[in-house]
Formats: sequence, C-alpha cells, structure tokens
Amino acid sequence: MSAKEEILGRIRSALSDAPVAEETPREYRTSSQMSEEELIEMLVDRLVDYKAGVEVIDNAQIPELVAAKLKDANSVVFPHGLDQRWLADLPQGVAQIADAPGSRLTVAELDETSAVVTSSQVTIAESGTIILDGEPNQGRRAISLVPDHHLCIVPVSSIVQLLPEAMPRLTITRPLTWISGPSATSDIELERVEGVHGPRTLDVLLVRGL
Amino acid sequence: MTQVFLGMPAAGHGNLFEEEPFPQAAHRELGNTQMRKNLRHATHTIRDKRVKVVGELPDWEELRDAGSAIKNNAMANVEELLLQFEKNFTARGGTVHWARDATEANKIVTELVKETGSTEVVKVKSMATQEIGLNEYLETQGIEAFETDLAELIVQLGNDKPSHILVPAIHKNRTEVRDIFLKEMPSVDPELTDEPAKLAEAARSHLRKKFLAAKVAISGANFALADTGTLGVVESEGNGRMCLTLPETLITVMGIEKVLPKWEDLEVFMQLLPRSSTGERMNPYTSLWTGASADDGPQDVHIVLLDNGRTRALSDRFGRTALNCIRCSACMNVCPVYERTGGHAYGSTYPGPIGAILSPLMTGIEAEDNGSLPYASSLCGACYDACPVKINIPEILVHLRGEDVDAKRETHKIPTQMDLMMKGGSWALGKGKNLGLLEKALPLGRLMAGKDKKIKKLPGIAAGWTQSRDIPAPPNKSFRDWWSDEKESK
Amino acid sequence: MRIALFATCIVDAMYPETAKSTVKILERLGHEVIFPKAQACCGQMHINSGYMPEALPVVENHINAFDTDDYDVAVAPSGSCVASVKHQHPYLAERLGKPELKERAIAVGKRTYELSQLLVDVLGVSNAADQLGSYFPDTITYHPSCHGKRSLGLGDRQLDLLKTVGGITVEELPEADQCCGFGGTFSLKNADVSTAMLEDKMKNICSTGASACAGGDASCLMHIGGGLSRTGAKPKTLHLADILASTMEETVTL
Repeated sequence: MSAKEEILGRIRSALSDAPVAEETPREYRTSSQMSEEELIEMLVDRLVDYKAGVEVIDNAQIPELVAAKLKDANSVVFPHGLDQRWLADLPQGVAQIADAPGSRLTVAELDETSAVVTSSQVTIAESGTIILDGEPNQGRRAISLVPDHHLCIVPVSSIVQLLPEAMPRLTITRPLTWISGPSATSDIELERVEGVHGPRTLDVLLVRGL
Repeated sequence: MTQVFLGMPAAGHGNLFEEEPFPQAAHRELGNTQMRKNLRHATHTIRDKRVKVVGELPDWEELRDAGSAIKNNAMANVEELLLQFEKNFTARGGTVHWARDATEANKIVTELVKETGSTEVVKVKSMATQEIGLNEYLETQGIEAFETDLAELIVQLGNDKPSHILVPAIHKNRTEVRDIFLKEMPSVDPELTDEPAKLAEAARSHLRKKFLAAKVAISGANFALADTGTLGVVESEGNGRMCLTLPETLITVMGIEKVLPKWEDLEVFMQLLPRSSTGERMNPYTSLWTGASADDGPQDVHIVLLDNGRTRALSDRFGRTALNCIRCSACMNVCPVYERTGGHAYGSTYPGPIGAILSPLMTGIEAEDNGSLPYASSLCGACYDACPVKINIPEILVHLRGEDVDAKRETHKIPTQMDLMMKGGSWALGKGKNLGLLEKALPLGRLMAGKDKKIKKLPGIAAGWTQSRDIPAPPNKSFRDWWSDEKESK
Repeated sequence: MRIALFATCIVDAMYPETAKSTVKILERLGHEVIFPKAQACCGQMHINSGYMPEALPVVENHINAFDTDDYDVAVAPSGSCVASVKHQHPYLAERLGKPELKERAIAVGKRTYELSQLLVDVLGVSNAADQLGSYFPDTITYHPSCHGKRSLGLGDRQLDLLKTVGGITVEELPEADQCCGFGGTFSLKNADVSTAMLEDKMKNICSTGASACAGGDASCLMHIGGGLSRTGAKPKTLHLADILASTMEETVTL
C-alpha cells in the first residue's frame, strides 16, 4: 500500500465519528467607506511605522521623484513592462537595465545592481501591505528581492483599506509577493530591527492620477 | 466497493518527546536566571505589542470565529482537501509526495536532494523539518543544511536547541548572540557590537553568498490552499524569499493539517497570524506560489505531505482541534509557565501550551515522558484567550490528564499517593453526608497547627504545598454545621 | 428570590465565614437563602487532575443536589467552582458517555452564578455602600482569579463592587491578570513553577502597600495567603464576600 493510500485510510479511520463542522461565520469586515485622502493617510502612517520611505505625488512628478530617490544608485533594474518614462530623469551615468523574457539578469548580475523600480498590483492601507503579482510592470520575484533598494510605485487607485477588499484584485495562481516595509527581524529579544536579507531600503511613491 | 484495509492512525516520531518528567526539567530551567530574565523581557515585549495591534481591529473576535470555523471544516474534510490540493499543485507542474512519518519524510527529501547532485541546501525556518529532525538526517547522508532564519542561525551556530516556535533563540539575549557570532561565524567583524541591527547585518553578510549560489532550498509552509494548489510562507527577513525564489529546486515539507479549503480563506489567516505572532499589522514578506511558474523561481518544485502522528491527533475527538494551530506562538508568549521555564523544559519541538497538548496527541500520552506535559499548566486560560483560532487549550490539557491517568491505571500495580488521595476524595466529596462526617474532625486539624495557628509542614505529596506556603488552622466548625445549628434549629 | 447557596468544599470546611458573609449579603438584599445539604464539591480537583471516573460520583452528587425546583438561582463565592459546574460537568458527562447527565449538568450550569455575577447582573447591585451597607476602612488591592475572569468573563465586576465599598481604598495591582500559580494540584505536581509564579504575585501585592489582597476565590487566596504568611509579609488575604458583608456596625478585621 502506498503512503498516500495509508495516510488517507488513517484519516478516514480518525474521522470515523463523522464530525460535522459548523458553517463558517464571516461577520468580519469585507468592505469599507474610506475616502481617498483617508486611505492615503492610513497607508502613509503604516509605511512610516515600518520605516519605509514614502512620498505622495502626482503622476507628472514620477520621473523627478524616481531620480531623487535613486540619486545614489549606480545601476537600476526594471521589469520590461514598466513605463520607461518614469526613469527619464535618472542621470546619464546610471545604468538602466530591463529584465525581460529572453534576456533575464542572472542572480549575480542582480546582486551587482543597486536598485530596482517596480509598479504594484494592489495595496492594503490597514496593514501597509503592497502586493506584487508578476505583471510585466512588476516583473519576476527575484528582481524586487536581490537589489538592496526597492522603489515601488503605488497608484492611489490601487489602494484599498482592508485585506478582504484586495482579494478580488489578485490572481492567486501567479507568484505573489506581499511586502510590508523593508526586510526586518524580531529574532533578537523580540525587538524589531529593519534590514536583513531582503532590500534594506524600501521607498514607496503613492501616485495620484495613475 | 468494500474498504480492504482501514489504516489505523499511528503515533509520530522525531523531536516530539519530553525526555524527563516536566517538573524535573522545569526545576533545572528555573535555576537559569539569565534565561529567565531574557524570557521575561522578550515575552513581556511581545505581549504588549500583540495587545496593541489586536486592539486596533474592531472585528478581531469575528476573525477568530471565522478562523476557528474554517479550520474545523478543513479538518472534517481533510481527505478531500488534500486530494484537491494534490490535483491542483500537480496540474501546475509541482510534484506531491506523501510521508507516513518522520523517517519516510527524511528519506524522500534526501532522495530529492541527491537527484539534483547538490550536497548543500539552504533552509527557511520550518517547524515540520525541525519536528522530523531533517538537518541531522541530511548530515548523515552527506548533505549540509544551512538555516537562514536569524534565530535558527543563532541556534545552529550555537549548537543549541530551539526553545520557541517563532523565535527559536528567544532564550538568548543580544550579548549572548554576539558572543556566538564572534565564535562561530567565519570572517565576522571582530569589533561586532551587540546592537540588534549590527547582528542582523552580520547575518546578512554571512548568508549572502549561500543564497546567491544555492541550487536547492527546503521550506515549510504556513498554508496550502486546496482549491488552487497554492503554498504560502510568511516571514520577515527575506531569507524566505531568497530560498523560495533563487534556487532551481524547492522542496517543501508540510503537515497535512495545514490545508485550507479556499484561497479566500487567506484573508482571515493573514489578519490573524501576523498580529498574533510578532505583534505586527503584517509581517514584512509573504510569498505565495502555485506549482512551478514559467520564467519565475524554481522550476523543480516538490511538496512532502507529512502525517507523523497528525492522524493520531485527529482521531481524538476531544483533542483534534489542536491541529487547528497556525503556529503563531501567542499561547507561549502569554503563558506564565512558559515564561518561567522556557521552551527546553517541554522537550518537544513544540513547547508551551500548544506543545503540551500537541506533542502527546501526536505521539500518544504513554510515549516517553509526554504524559507529564498536560500537567505543565495552572489552567489559567491566558492561552485560550490569545489563540487566534480559539483552541480551547485548557480543556484539552484536562482531557489529556484524563488520558494519562487512565493509561497509567493499567501499568501502576501499586496506587500512587495521588491515586489514593483521589480515591479518598471521591468518597469524601461524593456525598454531602460524607463531607459532613469528615468535617467533624476539623478541630483535630487544629492540633497540627502551631501557636501561630499555621500549619507549616505536611507529609507526602502535600509537602509540595508546605515547601512555600502555610495553611491556616482549620475552623472549629464547618459552615455546614453552623447552618444546621444556627439556621435550621431556629 | 429563593437562592441556593453552593458553599464549595473549601469554603465549607476551611473558610466558613465567607459562606456566612455570602448569606448575609443576600439576606440584606431581602432574598431567601437555602443550603442544599446534599451538596459537597464541584469535582474540579478530580477533573483537573485527570481522575475522571473518580470525579463522576462527585459531579453526580452536585447535579443531584442542585437539579431541583426548590430555588430560583444558585450562587457560589467562587469563579472557579462555577466555571467547573458550567463547563466541566457537561464535558465529563460526555466523556463518560452519559448524555442524560450532560443535559442535567447544562441545566444546573445555566442557573448557577458566581457571587459578583449574581449581584451585578441579576440583583442589580452597582454600589456596595448604598445597597449592601458595605464598609471596610482599609487599603486593599485586588487579584482577579483566572477562571472567573477568563472562563466566566466576569470582567471588572468584582473590582467595581469593591471600589464602591464605604471607607475603602483600592490600590491597583501590577500585572493583575497574571495567574497566581495555584492551579489546584498544579501547586503540588509542579510545585517549583507554582512557587515561582506565587513569588511574582506576592512581590506585586507587597508593592501596592495594601493591608490586604482581595479576591473572589478562596483557593487562590489560600495559596497567596499561605505564601505571604510563610514569608512574613504584611498583607493578608480576604474574600470579596467578607469585604462586602463588612459594615460600619460589624466591621471585618484582618
């Protein structure tokens, strides 16, 4: 008998009293009525608490702010579907490298890149969580992981207050990364410190009109 | 069709055992004043954080109700859900393996690693692999496993044992961690200070090359979603993302109780888990993957579905809700016993209140000294209050004490003092008349007291009481007699 | 109202004054108190120690004693024993395969109240000085026992009543919600851990400077009081019922 058959047999035997579980009550909040300004305020509060950098800007200011945030970078990687106008103001000396199907950066190349710019799919204000789902403007998971500085564009239109409100906007079978601040650890005396293996700097641009 | 063979739930093996009676282990650990100081500081810090972020959500109790019900449903339908998960995970290019116990899981993982030709693996913190003793087994097979979670790294470098499920090195303070790094980390800065940020940075440099070069990673999983075949890992440092994204082969070891019916169920657990565990609104990183994704991450993706005593726990109708545990560690963080004895006193990979029920449920109450674990609680109920999926831990502790006593009835030929006390108590307290009769002897008890009307020394097991507490001299007359004399005769 | 007193075994045998106090309080409010003589104990010690078959006669005795039409509600000066009646009796009956006993246990549990629960929720007491004439001219602190607080969800009922006693000063107990370490036979089986918990509780009590630590469970108070007595510390322990029963004319002394 295979392990699978045996385990399933054990389960049947363990549940021979045929327990019937109660129906799941879902009385928790699934919708909210916050205004755009309130959502922005809540999200900024959470991101600052996580020690992420955050700016609230208009669509037209993106190139300027991207350049300002990445002023110390030598090279920047971006997913091939990213709106390249956003990188227009980066100084000449900064290498701009697209990660595209057919021309993927190796892990070593990513490690030598100072920063990454991505967009994002949906953001939850209440927990300060930005979700990347591998769309062409967000790229594969490695590019937002290996470079030490992640600059993430969050369209204000993609902000929701509650996690349950974000769920319908996700395609669960894509590789998803939920990001709530820069990498951190609470492993020493249960005190949180930022900056371990993931990007140690997370900058977020909340963009109106996008 | 008739069922030819009905597999009987079997006990789990591996690191699930208390090696000496809990009171003995506790006695030793209580003497470790540095550990007690560290634990007190850490548990009190996390308690305050948890209370604050939980208090922020107006619907916390509704989330707990949903979480509890989803888990009860998942366990009642676990066979169907596992099959559904297998189908979906396989359809997306993943491979599913089934392991009856620790030994079988270790062998499956070893074979998979050997097939890649690699002799090194990086690991994301995983309770399941800790439980089955995977690292030790891999070592015997010539494969070196590198723990990448900071606390696991501290434990591994320090040749220590984890004492907490979330923060395995909770028993060490920053200075002790610094000392371990200085001693065990090659090429560490000899000027390393004990600032947590500097220690985290040291771990980053130490592991960076390993991550970038790793071909094989081993992980656990916080959730498996049946309807999509998705797996999830919840973490903080980015070591999880490194392991789940960069290598070519990813092997996940997961207990069968982790399966959830629907992917929407995540909306409940991703609110409950981070706030209950690290006391944060959300953990820094969560990764979700469904089989292998073209052009993104490992292309050789496996999962080992592990029983190792879980079906045994499932067969206990009063105890099976222990399998609802999402490994948040809130119960141990609030437990007054854990706070004082630390996790090592529990022997098993699973310490604290949840461990005191889960370990004996998985191994059987009669295994080694696991029968002493359900008594490691004053039944104060702080764990039940804090549990995000409302596992009634005190009730299961009491139930398992009953299992322990019943199991020992068969082996104890000579009754213990406790047996005699309980038998006598059953008679004395089984009738008002009997108790009344006994109470007539109360004035005799006064003879045991000294001039100060205190009893200071009792024999036998009652000596446990008088080692640190007096007993007042009993009254001359019970309430029962007073009532008869004063109320009924008038 | 006709109220059946469940004295609990420890109060009956060791702290009869607390049961008398309970009677006084209820009679002062104009209610009739009866004492079903068949009662003995809730069986908690047996159940919590895992001696389930041995607990059965004790639990059956309690249910037989209180499953009568002879009273309106039952009351006990103990959160722990009431929690046992409400939650453990149905469990024991189910475990031992006695569905009929389980139904009766649930019925008795529904009619059984902890003292502060009865006073506040049923009898509408919100001011002890005004409604009960309670008077206690001393400084106390208060330890909320776990089973009352968590299993019964008493919240601040006991503390709120104490705060309204005439002449009293109530000092807040640091880390009040932490268990005192009693836990029934836990105090014998795991005496070292129990003592470590007790030490912290005593330290917190002494830090308040209060003359007494009040509480709603005689068993926890016996444990805390026993420890304070052994260490020679100043504070005594006193049951909530005894403070509520104390009046200007008949003031309880420590």
